[in-house]
Amino acid sequence: MTPGLFLVLSLAGGVGAALRLVVDGAVKARVRTALPVGTLLINVAGSLVLGFVTELALAGVVDDAWRLVIGTGLCGGFTTFSTASFETVRLVQERRYALGAANAIGMLVAAVAAGLLGIALGRLLIG
Amino acid sequence: MTTPAPAHDPHGELPIDGDIAEDARPVHLSWSSILLVLIGGTVGTAAREGLSLAIPSVGGIPVAIFAINIVGALFLGALLETLARRGPDLGRRRALRLLLGTGFAGGFTTYSALAVDSGMLLTGGDPAAGILYAVGTVIVGALATVAGIALAAARHRRAVTR
Repeated sequence: MTPGLFLVLSLAGGVGAALRLVVDGAVKARVRTALPVGTLLINVAGSLVLGFVTELALAGVVDDAWRLVIGTGLCGGFTTFSTASFETVRLVQERRYALGAANAIGMLVAAVAAGLLGIALGRLLIG
Repeated sequence: MTTPAPAHDPHGELPIDGDIAEDARPVHLSWSSILLVLIGGTVGTAAREGLSLAIPSVGGIPVAIFAINIVGALFLGALLETLARRGPDLGRRRALRLLLGTGFAGGFTTYSALAVDSGMLLTGGDPAAGILYAVGTVIVGALATVAGIALAAARHRRAVTR
């Protein structure tokens, strides 16, 4: 990887993280639930986009630099594991065991499904 | 910033909480917050990519991303517990949370790579590895978060009793 591409990828991750702050804040201001739906929405959406761009790059439809900048950088910085894990642990600490388990398992299943859907959409587009 | 900050909470139905203090506008819409997260996220993403370029996958499982997510979860647990024990989420503590937590730890760890790599293992002929990687990350990550919180709490207690 060239230093320039590494820099653009890293900056894309910074933009993704900033976008996460804005989206999560907007969701929290509108939806008041015990379940942290902001992080859920972010991780599912980011997985969908990463699956899509990964499939296009693997098929050679777009240059691999797009996968690195949009996928590894932007989607990687947008989505987050640490906050998701912290929110699950906080639900468990509040003795909301069912919600904690639902958050951990539900997010994993939904994000994997979204990633596979992104790959399928990419295949569909390629034809 | 050309638009003036709203003089009141634009979502009047919401209580005034940690998200809307100091600044007239909510934290997720203030430019200083966004800049802190952008800087932290850029450094976190650079660290993640540097490590995943240096550490190869083992048996199709991206061990670099696994380790990054576990270490990042431990770090965020310790950071948020430390900040919470020092006082309310304002001023320098909030700036550190945005720079190091939302920014650095958020950009360093990733959920999309976990989801897509797990999905490809599941459908690509090694479902056992996919399940092991996905479920293993979530369980070990939760334990790492708990460990981070406990480490910070123990450190705080030592500092208090000293």
